[in-house]
Amino acid sequence: MTVQQTTGIPVALPDEPAVDLEQAHAHGLTDEEYRAIEHALGRAPTFTELGVFSVMWSEHCSYKSSRRHLRKMPNAGPRVVGGPGENAGALDIGDGWVAVFKIESHNHPSFVEPYQGAATGVGGILRDIFTMGARPIASMDSLKFGAFDHPRTRYLLGGVVAGIGGYGNCVGVPTVAGEVMFDSAYNGNILVNAFCLGLARRDELQSARARGVGNPVIYVGSATGRDGIHGASLLASAEFDAESEAKRPTVQVGDPFTEKLLIEACLEAMRSGAIVAIQDMGAAGLTSSSSEMAARGQLGIELDLDRVPLREASLTPYEILLSESQERMLLVAERGREAELAAIFARWDLHAVVIGRVTDDRRWRVRWRGQLVADIPVAALADEAPIYDRPAREPKRSESRGATRSVARVSAAQALRRLLDSPNVGSKRWVYRQYDSIVLGNTVAGPGGDAAVLRIKGSKRALALKVDSNPRACAIDPYVGAAATVVEAARNVACTGARPIGLTNCLNYGNPERPEIMWQFVRGVEGIRDAALALETPVVSGNVSFYNETEGSAIPPTPAIAMLGVLEDSSRRVTHQFKGAGDSVIVLRTASARIAGSEYAALFGIDGGELAKLNLESERMLIDGLVAAADRGLIRSAHDVGEGGLAVTLMECCFSPDGALGVEIDRRPDGDEAEVFFGEGASTVLISAGADKMEELRGLFGGIEFNVIGRVMDEPRLRIVNTIDEDVGELRQIHEQAISRRLAAHA
Amino acid sequence: MRWGVVRFPGSLDDSDALWALGHVMGQEARALWHKDEDLGDVQCVVLPGGFSYGDYLRCGAIARFAPIMKSVVRFADAGGLVLGICNGFQILCEAHLLPGALMRNRSLSFICEQVHVRVENAATPFTCAARQGEVLRLPIKHGEGLYVAPEDELRTMEERGQILLRYTDDSGRECDEANLNGSTCAIAGVANETFNVFGLMPHPEHAVETALGGEDGLKIFRSIAMSVEGKRTGASTAGISSTTA
Repeated sequence: MTVQQTTGIPVALPDEPAVDLEQAHAHGLTDEEYRAIEHALGRAPTFTELGVFSVMWSEHCSYKSSRRHLRKMPNAGPRVVGGPGENAGALDIGDGWVAVFKIESHNHPSFVEPYQGAATGVGGILRDIFTMGARPIASMDSLKFGAFDHPRTRYLLGGVVAGIGGYGNCVGVPTVAGEVMFDSAYNGNILVNAFCLGLARRDELQSARARGVGNPVIYVGSATGRDGIHGASLLASAEFDAESEAKRPTVQVGDPFTEKLLIEACLEAMRSGAIVAIQDMGAAGLTSSSSEMAARGQLGIELDLDRVPLREASLTPYEILLSESQERMLLVAERGREAELAAIFARWDLHAVVIGRVTDDRRWRVRWRGQLVADIPVAALADEAPIYDRPAREPKRSESRGATRSVARVSAAQALRRLLDSPNVGSKRWVYRQYDSIVLGNTVAGPGGDAAVLRIKGSKRALALKVDSNPRACAIDPYVGAAATVVEAARNVACTGARPIGLTNCLNYGNPERPEIMWQFVRGVEGIRDAALALETPVVSGNVSFYNETEGSAIPPTPAIAMLGVLEDSSRRVTHQFKGAGDSVIVLRTASARIAGSEYAALFGIDGGELAKLNLESERMLIDGLVAAADRGLIRSAHDVGEGGLAVTLMECCFSPDGALGVEIDRRPDGDEAEVFFGEGASTVLISAGADKMEELRGLFGGIEFNVIGRVMDEPRLRIVNTIDEDVGELRQIHEQAISRRLAAHA
Repeated sequence: MRWGVVRFPGSLDDSDALWALGHVMGQEARALWHKDEDLGDVQCVVLPGGFSYGDYLRCGAIARFAPIMKSVVRFADAGGLVLGICNGFQILCEAHLLPGALMRNRSLSFICEQVHVRVENAATPFTCAARQGEVLRLPIKHGEGLYVAPEDELRTMEERGQILLRYTDDSGRECDEANLNGSTCAIAGVANETFNVFGLMPHPEHAVETALGGEDGLKIFRSIAMSVEGKRTGASTAGISSTTA
């Protein structure tokens, strides 16, 4: 390419607004931040440069409020290959394979425009994975909606689920697991967290670090339009208010077909060896991808905007640089191999245009119509973005917990029926049947169980994965709630027989400028840290979503944890359904369950008191025991006790595609009846095994409470002595229709 | 035998079809590129599932104009065996190699579920490894699988035995709940008049291994292999059903 003006001072363009403090405020920058920009440049920024700084220094892109806390997360371990800093972390899973995975929020866009917001959330996380050189093989989602009867919930639920399906189904990556919760705490701010897992050969992982002065910078994928300007960066970096609706045009529009072509073309191009570095144009688009690749390589980059493929010729440099149009990738190639790459992308009918080159002067320089429009030290955009140590303060409790504890005035059988009918406990089939969960032919266990299980073709091993969150517990104690979420996700994975090996997290919180929110966040990070250390599951990637508030009301702290596990021999996989009459039913638990934070408490309006105690040492033993028991083939089923408690879990174990079984419980674990059957929060797993296996099993769970509570029977009834005696088929009907009957009633 | 699986931009289950044919069944299966016109010496062409060209227009409406489709039409006209699965079925209808059309599911949403289909005519190259009336368990995953055709055409198809598969419950009984997408007459798969082109909405390539939920899909592929091998050797089709490893 011919380079015209590359030095001098960038020009202000005609028709551009004047740059002053007021303009900086309008871009979400503070007085100090504006002064820091002037200092970094040694002059006032142009309007284009101000826009560039505003997105790169936004909370969403810079992690300025969270970065110093995230450093506490354990990210090392024998399996860790990548780690925070690259686009996604990677774990060695044996046989020369690495698993690359990450979870990311798309909360604000999904609330403003549910279909496209959720769809582009899926698209964005897929690009984060294949940019590492990994083929995406599975998606999951953690979804939080407002109360089911809130007037917006139906619209948001329908839109988000259709958006996830519309994108994921069309791009050919199966959606294999997830979670959905309804709670009035999310009436004004839903959560949509999208996860993607990819597989790569260890020696084929790609870098996002620019190398080689003079190497070409190549733009690949969709043309750039006006969609998404300030989308992820500003929309996600401020609270909602009455005007948020007006931000709908800032939500990007997804094109899964182009994404599918990008995946195939990029993976093919990577195999050619001609690519030096590659990064998705995600939040802050062209600006972040180019400056971050340059920063990692401690080099500079020069861009010529006249070469960028545009949807409209009239786009300004400001718009081109800040556009968050989807399905675009930026790569640095080996000089001289441009034609080879262009041929690969042409085969897939995609743009691949040289738009710049790597330089040695550590500056980020942008030219447009022969004029220099931005000239910024690379470090100022990436590494030197502000970092804040925001004040954190524990809020005063309005009432002392622990004193009030009561039981609903309904019978246990009625409570069970009500719980099964709750959209939080009932079947999520209405949601997951809208997702293709089997494409790519690896899904051994799809949605509806504890964790999904994917085989690895050509290997005996399989992967297990699950995403969890527990906002009600986090609202009571943000530290215990976050730690409990990590162990819950690990337990779900271990119930399949897989050993948990690492996690990714999406930290959803309110406005970090409020000390009580910052306190929740800091405690949440500490909880995840401690649990991850205890379980030796490093945190390989993550994402922070702040400002989940509407008109001053924040969501409960909601760290979502996605855990990955390895099943050494996929034929040892354990499922959650009971297998045969006569098998003993055993409750394994590390503490007594509590009503606090449970669906029972929410449903019957009870203050359940304190959370169950969490002992990370016992959690570790429980997981080790499950993995060992599965490996030795000692257990016939295992199911984590989750929403709704033990009675609901017993129920779920009786359902099976091959017909229903029953269960008779004659020795219940110690404790208050409501707590034992409907309590949550204590790490509890329900297993079944042949009666002759009890002694050997006990040995594996030394230190864990091991209660043989009853047996599986042929008669399809759920029978708990002196408490419940119900027909499994009837209960199943209630469970199956919890969501669908409500939607039908609203139709 | 030799299979060719067409890869359109936006094809998604192409690699699964190649896996089922090549790895599971141990047959010679190769990918065919949409921009090529040469089918080589394949004995059966498979149009796989997916969202060809994104299917932003009517499903399959653009794929039928792909360069390779000219050759597929010629191949079919000459009596070659063509199997269209899901999006492939939609493309075959758009290309007028099969009668009828596929519209949005009656729920208006995408459905991914295991379903049961009954073999209505076991005397075809696509079903001869199954028994007449046999019930197969196969997955569906589509947003537009509601089969429609003009009434008189349906009558003729019925008379000629062109309706090869119908949605039923697991016992083979037709009922409304088993017809998830709301297809006319519960039709899940149809053949052309000359019984060398077959389209179906369920995915046999996703039902070839017990570890992944069942292997009833092998019946479809084995039928095709049996009829091709039988033709070639001139032998009867009996006893050629064990082509898997």
